[in-house]
Amino acid sequence: MDALLLQILNGLDKGSAYALIALGLTLIFGTLGVVNFAHGALFMIGAFVAVTLQRVLSLSFETIDPTQKDFLGNPLKVKTPYVESWFGPETGGLIIDWAVPLAILFAIPIMIAVGFIMERGLIKYFYKRPHADQILVTFGLAIVLQEVVKYFYGANPIQTPAPDALNGVANVGAAFGMDIVYPVWRIVYFFFSVIIIAAIFSFLRFTTFGMVVRAGMADRETVGLLGINIDRRFTIMFGVASAVAGLAGVMYTPINPPNYHMGMDFLVLSFVVVVVGGMGSLPGAVLAGFLLGILESFASTTWATTTLPGINQIIIYLVAIAVLLTRPRGLMGLKGVMED
Amino acid sequence: MDKSNLSRRGVLKSGALTSAGLALPTIFTAQSAAAFTNDPTGSTVTLGFNVPQTGPYADEGADELRAYQLAVEHINGGGDGGMMNTFSSKALKGSGILGKEVKYVTGDTQTKSDAARASAKSMIEKDGAVMITGGSSSGVAIAVQGLCQEAGVIFMAGLTHSNDTTGKDKKANGFRHFFNAYMSGAALAPVLKSLYGDNRRAYHLTADYTWGWTQEESIKAATEALGWETVNTVKTPLAATDFSSYIAPVLNSGADVLVLNHYGGNMVNSLTNAVQFGLREKQVNGKNFEIVVPLYSRLMAKGAGENVKGIHGSTNWHWSLQDEGSQAFVRSFGTKYGFPPSQAAHTVYCQTLLYADAVERAGSFNPCAVAEALEGFEFDGLGNGKTLYRADDHQCFKDVLVVRGKENPTSEFDLLEVVEVTPAAQVTYDVDHPMFAGGALGSCNPGA
Repeated sequence: MDALLLQILNGLDKGSAYALIALGLTLIFGTLGVVNFAHGALFMIGAFVAVTLQRVLSLSFETIDPTQKDFLGNPLKVKTPYVESWFGPETGGLIIDWAVPLAILFAIPIMIAVGFIMERGLIKYFYKRPHADQILVTFGLAIVLQEVVKYFYGANPIQTPAPDALNGVANVGAAFGMDIVYPVWRIVYFFFSVIIIAAIFSFLRFTTFGMVVRAGMADRETVGLLGINIDRRFTIMFGVASAVAGLAGVMYTPINPPNYHMGMDFLVLSFVVVVVGGMGSLPGAVLAGFLLGILESFASTTWATTTLPGINQIIIYLVAIAVLLTRPRGLMGLKGVMED
Repeated sequence: MDKSNLSRRGVLKSGALTSAGLALPTIFTAQSAAAFTNDPTGSTVTLGFNVPQTGPYADEGADELRAYQLAVEHINGGGDGGMMNTFSSKALKGSGILGKEVKYVTGDTQTKSDAARASAKSMIEKDGAVMITGGSSSGVAIAVQGLCQEAGVIFMAGLTHSNDTTGKDKKANGFRHFFNAYMSGAALAPVLKSLYGDNRRAYHLTADYTWGWTQEESIKAATEALGWETVNTVKTPLAATDFSSYIAPVLNSGADVLVLNHYGGNMVNSLTNAVQFGLREKQVNGKNFEIVVPLYSRLMAKGAGENVKGIHGSTNWHWSLQDEGSQAFVRSFGTKYGFPPSQAAHTVYCQTLLYADAVERAGSFNPCAVAEALEGFEFDGLGNGKTLYRADDHQCFKDVLVVRGKENPTSEFDLLEVVEVTPAAQVTYDVDHPMFAGGALGSCNPGA
């Protein structure tokens, strides 16, 4: 029983990253009709906002300590972060320790700006082009962005730990007399993604702006004829979708040390999630994200890997095939989307 | 048509001419049979450095390239000479190889077998490289080794740890200085026994490709010989990034040791995830839960950060070694680049010196002569103690280091500490060992 609940918890946790990325992907597709293969790169840029902030906060000055030697036998250069010298070791250390949560504040404006630039600078020229062109240009953009990041940050993963206070494990089953330990930060990630998903849905559901966007998604021309500048609103939604991907990336850094390739790693899976959920369906993307996360988690159990070796590597694709054969529009796909 | 020009003399004449014409290419072939691919005729000789310059191992590739450039500088008589001063063979005089200045070309393997083969082929055919070296992955090394065998050039393998490189996929033109998975198992087993006892239950997570398979096989055999039980072995896709769904089942498996047969980004992520799940604080079967990373690298340890502290593994070489050769190499490399070299840098530097030295001793660039000079060659002074390049499989046999993630590092480079130097004799195996069976070295191919 403990093992079962642990796998469900793990599935929800994995699924939350899939759901967040797939949500942004669907948001862009539903509003602008663009298949954005650079969405994974936005996730990666978000993660590197956290890396950059951590580096900026850790900027140090060097003092020479003649009592210690470096690897060449020269006097050791000891580095002290400026933040620690300004605010004292305790407060300064605390600020550096909380770099990842702090990065959220910076990531929102940065990611919205990145989204704006990407949409206005490149993607808008491809609205009327075939989907194949859109895929090629956004995929190319993704490669350029990841190579730029690699140029500045190298190819190896960079440790970006969670604050010490959120770094351990919690026994989430203790209240029910069970022993289910789970990393605190992963629980934080799950609740964070639930909040973001709820916020996006509420924004679309309960604000006038959201209502106009939804109307535009349903019938762009009519909304335009009513004198509403729907293109501008869709550009804003591109920025919002970028921010969602970026925040997912920021919060993901303590889970796995980010590297330049992390966006591509998620991209394919996210597309499978979107297709399984149904192209253009926001609830479908979220549902499929969590569902595939749980399935992947169960396929990696000792029982599954010994009964069907290799099932862990193909389960998601098997499910995608099964769903597409039985429900070609995906779980919650809408009629007429991507069918022209 | 009734008038024919055919005469007996005419037929004989044209017959003789035709025969001479047909024989001509054969005469040339017979002459060139004495030569070999890319015989350097001018005042320079070109070596091909095939390393990952893009892709997930680009940082290791960059470090390899630095070491290659340093080796070329030393062979040509520049710099402080590095390990040439400590190398037991004194054939190299700092005047290039056989009096020819060493030039080099570089290729990008992208850590993909097809890209690596294409770049090696280009360096051989277009740039005239007489030797190819490099690689940061066993899949790539095996692919390029096969190509060099066909092309008739020597392949000096870089960072490749799979048993297969000098096992079932060994080739007469290929040579490996780096250690292998079997050696990791043989070196680690006694240390693991003394640290964790002989009654343990191990759970393996293994990267699903040639290197992962052979390492799992080697470590499993070595630990089972200690009396350990293997609870489960799970293959993980090379492209996996989040290992949490593989780690979670470990918690309830009854295992008390987790063996991570991962390298590169896989290792960084799986170890980070394992630590996140509190495995290191866990008690199972009345014992502390332990994690083992059989193949360690300082560049990877840097990526894993705090998580490597106290975790054991093996490595080919480490910059903190105090022998003369290692110190000389660290001094040259550190002075030139400002940080200590990685084990990848060390092995490729050694391979370049070993090749150059073999050519000098052979007195020829002919791959067959070079191979003969390397086979059974015993040397010292390159940082791993007395070393033998075994003739039967072209594998180097030398000391192997067991290392541990350092608890209190004094600098960003000071991440691993050497726990034990396992003597070469303890990691040596028979040529026909089952883990290395299945292939034949064949005979050397000079090409051309």
